[in-house]
Amino acid sequence: MSTPTAREKTDWDIPHYAGDHHEELSFIRKYVFSTDHKVIAVQFLVMSLVFLALGGFLALLMRWQLGFPGQPLPGGTLLPETMAPGGIILPEFYNSLVTMHGTFMIFFAIMPLLVGVFGNLLIPLQIGAPDMAFPKLNMASFWMAVPAGLIMLASFWVEGGAAGAGWTAYAPLSASGDFTGVYLGQQLWLLSLFILGFSSIAGAVNYITTVINMRAPGLTWFRLPLTVWALFITAVLVLLAMPILAGALIMLLTDQTIGTTFFLPEHGGEPLLWQHLFWFFGHPEVYILILPAFGIVSELLSNGARKAIFGYHAMVLAIAAIAFLGWIVWGHHMFMSGMNPMLGTTFMVTTLAIAVPSAIKVFNWLGTLWKGNIHFHVPFLHAAAFVALFIIGGLSGIFMASAPVDIHIHDTYFIVAHLHYVLFGGSLFAIFGGIIYWFPKMFGRMMNPFWGHVHFVGTFVFYNLVFFPMHGLGLEGMMRRLYDPTQYAWLADLQPWNVFITWAVFGLLAVQVVFFVNFVASIWTGRKAEANPWQANSLEWSVPSPPPHGNFEAMPIVYRGAYEYSPPDRKEDFILQNEPPRDPVGDRVEPEPQPTGGLEGSE
Amino acid sequence: MNWLLEPSVSTFGPDIDRLYYIILVITGIVFVLTEGLLIYFLVRYRKRPDRRAEYIHGSTRAEVLWTLGPLVIVLMLGFMSKPVWDRAKDPAHFPEDALELTVSARQFEWESYYPGAGGDPDAQDAFSILNRVHVPVGEPVILHLEAEDVIHSFFVPRFRVKQDAIPGRTIPVWFEITEPGEYELGCAELCGIGHYLMDGVVVVQSRAEFDAWRAEQHAAALGGTGAAQLAGSGDLDGAPADGPVAEGGL
Ligand code: HEM
Ligand SMILES: [Cu+2]
Ligand SMILES: [Cu+2]
Repeated sequence: MSTPTAREKTDWDIPHYAGDHHEELSFIRKYVFSTDHKVIAVQFLVMSLVFLALGGFLALLMRWQLGFPGQPLPGGTLLPETMAPGGIILPEFYNSLVTMHGTFMIFFAIMPLLVGVFGNLLIPLQIGAPDMAFPKLNMASFWMAVPAGLIMLASFWVEGGAAGAGWTAYAPLSASGDFTGVYLGQQLWLLSLFILGFSSIAGAVNYITTVINMRAPGLTWFRLPLTVWALFITAVLVLLAMPILAGALIMLLTDQTIGTTFFLPEHGGEPLLWQHLFWFFGHPEVYILILPAFGIVSELLSNGARKAIFGYHAMVLAIAAIAFLGWIVWGHHMFMSGMNPMLGTTFMVTTLAIAVPSAIKVFNWLGTLWKGNIHFHVPFLHAAAFVALFIIGGLSGIFMASAPVDIHIHDTYFIVAHLHYVLFGGSLFAIFGGIIYWFPKMFGRMMNPFWGHVHFVGTFVFYNLVFFPMHGLGLEGMMRRLYDPTQYAWLADLQPWNVFITWAVFGLLAVQVVFFVNFVASIWTGRKAEANPWQANSLEWSVPSPPPHGNFEAMPIVYRGAYEYSPPDRKEDFILQNEPPRDPVGDRVEPEPQPTGGLEGSE
Repeated sequence: MNWLLEPSVSTFGPDIDRLYYIILVITGIVFVLTEGLLIYFLVRYRKRPDRRAEYIHGSTRAEVLWTLGPLVIVLMLGFMSKPVWDRAKDPAHFPEDALELTVSARQFEWESYYPGAGGDPDAQDAFSILNRVHVPVGEPVILHLEAEDVIHSFFVPRFRVKQDAIPGRTIPVWFEITEPGEYELGCAELCGIGHYLMDGVVVVQSRAEFDAWRAEQHAAALGGTGAAQLAGSGDLDGAPADGPVAEGGL
């Protein structure tokens, strides 16, 4: 329920809050070309879950080849001759699988899930705004992401197949089809990401403007939920990083098509330039892929533990520190690239330093649980698993940060283990938790908790069976992106592990079906959700599930931070941010409304 | 799952391995403490009807402590890593009078170039071999790493050596091996559809054996045969790409 008190208290004339909107929108305007941030969030959700499933399917094909090299894939004869004749995966198709798995997961699943879904859903709701600052730009952002994804997908069927130079597209391999046999596929890859970059930038501009200008009165910076902080800083990273990628993509595209030689050495180009550009974008990108997850996890842990975030200011500072340091560590991807070893030392030091704010976050999460009263709801379980798994990913990062140790493990499965501990164990667990937690704000219903538990336990177990042994494979020297490890004598001995991992992947993917079914079924059959099913504090829980168009009946006024769980002077163990405080006599204390820039920007 | 490394056989290998084990112990301790604490809190503070979470917002002392603690540890790791890194990778620290060869990578094979007996790379008796590198044991060796088409990466796990080969550049790589033997060489950078076929061997021999082998090759080169006889070619159907020691073939 929206707060009648807030309505009483304000005589602000806000034209676009809910209730003022009476005209019925056509189906197309409501669900397809919608400018409502909540609808756009759901659109991003559907799109990214489809690509997540696709990415998982590509991984399964890869794992089949790694577990059973050269054996026909069951049902593989359905694939075209150019991919898997007789069901046997070709090396060129394998390289496309490696490339497209990484590309889809990073750019079309994790990134839109975190930024597109949660950014859109949570920013206006949690800051008390009726919508984004630029709703049409927001719509454009989604409708640029869709063709980008379709172009990427279509590249599988063009002559030469999909891009096969890895998601990192190292030049010169990526710069000329002569090296891979992939011409058009690589160009479509570049084009697709270029378009996606515009989508991301449009979103980022919107988020930044919205957070700065449209916070409800009383919602000061340090009363913001950490999700908003994380999404805001992420948006700044997106805004600064995507143009770098776009520039690099264009240079690579012209190398491919019109004969420039930025990255081709025969005519004076420099292959390492690509790596510098790519990772100068790429390292901030990996933080784009984790910071929103940090925010989500903070929210879920605090809610589950019924306790304030431990060290809120430290958490904000740590996010900011990571975002800043993230710009000066990119060379840790290039320790073995042949760049000057002196630079290696510099990047080693900055990379080790970035482990510190990550550690701060973990300690503060633990501090949040300390002396809590923990409700093990399904979102909380995901957040706790996030902490457990992110610790492993962070610690493996230390090995690689030490440049001399990285000599041995660079470009091996140790890296694959690391990146999946942070991106799957980290980001994706946060995403699952976040989807379940905010499901009522998207669909007005709750997801089924029993199947939620089944999915959680299964995913946690199979996930670790799949990815933990990869540390060992890497230490034994198994290289990444290897079509057939049995070609190397020292890797042939490791084959039982590869078989084991492949079977575990079957389990991991099978369990995901539980999530998808639970998700889809709950949209129609889930228990109807009340306004505040998790008894949480932030503003989105003060409005009905799902919130009406325009979100708030009247502009909410905020009196406190988002994590005031279990306050000593209250019977309930939570208090909404916009619930007016009482003075000792029982009268309401007059709030100090803080106009935060007005709402001129809204449509 | 094995957290122990296969013993290294290069002079700087043990330094790298020591660092690895130091990090393993430190991260191992941190892992047990943090995960232990997590599990302990989850159990100890699980929901009870009669309890209420405490109203605590943080502690500056704790923040300072757990900022400085990790900072000291990572700075220490940095200080310990730097000399090891310099020794392994910085040409300024490379030993003098090493045996110098050129190794060139291409899709999908390695070629090692040995200069003539007089040291002239263009001499009549200069020769090259495919997918094998012969070096003497107990002596510093510098490989000048080149790439002809795309990026490859010269990776010999037992040496703790990995270095990308970049077209358009020559990158020096050094090592000194302490135990004779045949060590597998791999390509660690995705280089195209035959990336998985770039296995090779580094043969580490006693000085006498090495000299004898090299003399034979010089003679063969002068006789107009030479490398071509020893080497196959790394073609895509996975035919054995190297000489007699191809273990990983079909
Ligand atoms: C304690 C913090 C972290 C440290 C010290 C760290 C360090 C590193 C280093 C040194 C590498 C390069 C290794 C190599 O290629 O040899 C790397 C790779 C990578 N890291 Fe991290 N990392 C940390 C956290 C994260 C986080 C939070 C994410 C993302 C969510 C992340 C994602 C990745 C990815 C995707 C790669 C592999 C990129 C590729 O080559 O495909 N890392 N990390
Ligand atoms: Cu990085
Ligand atoms: Cu390769």
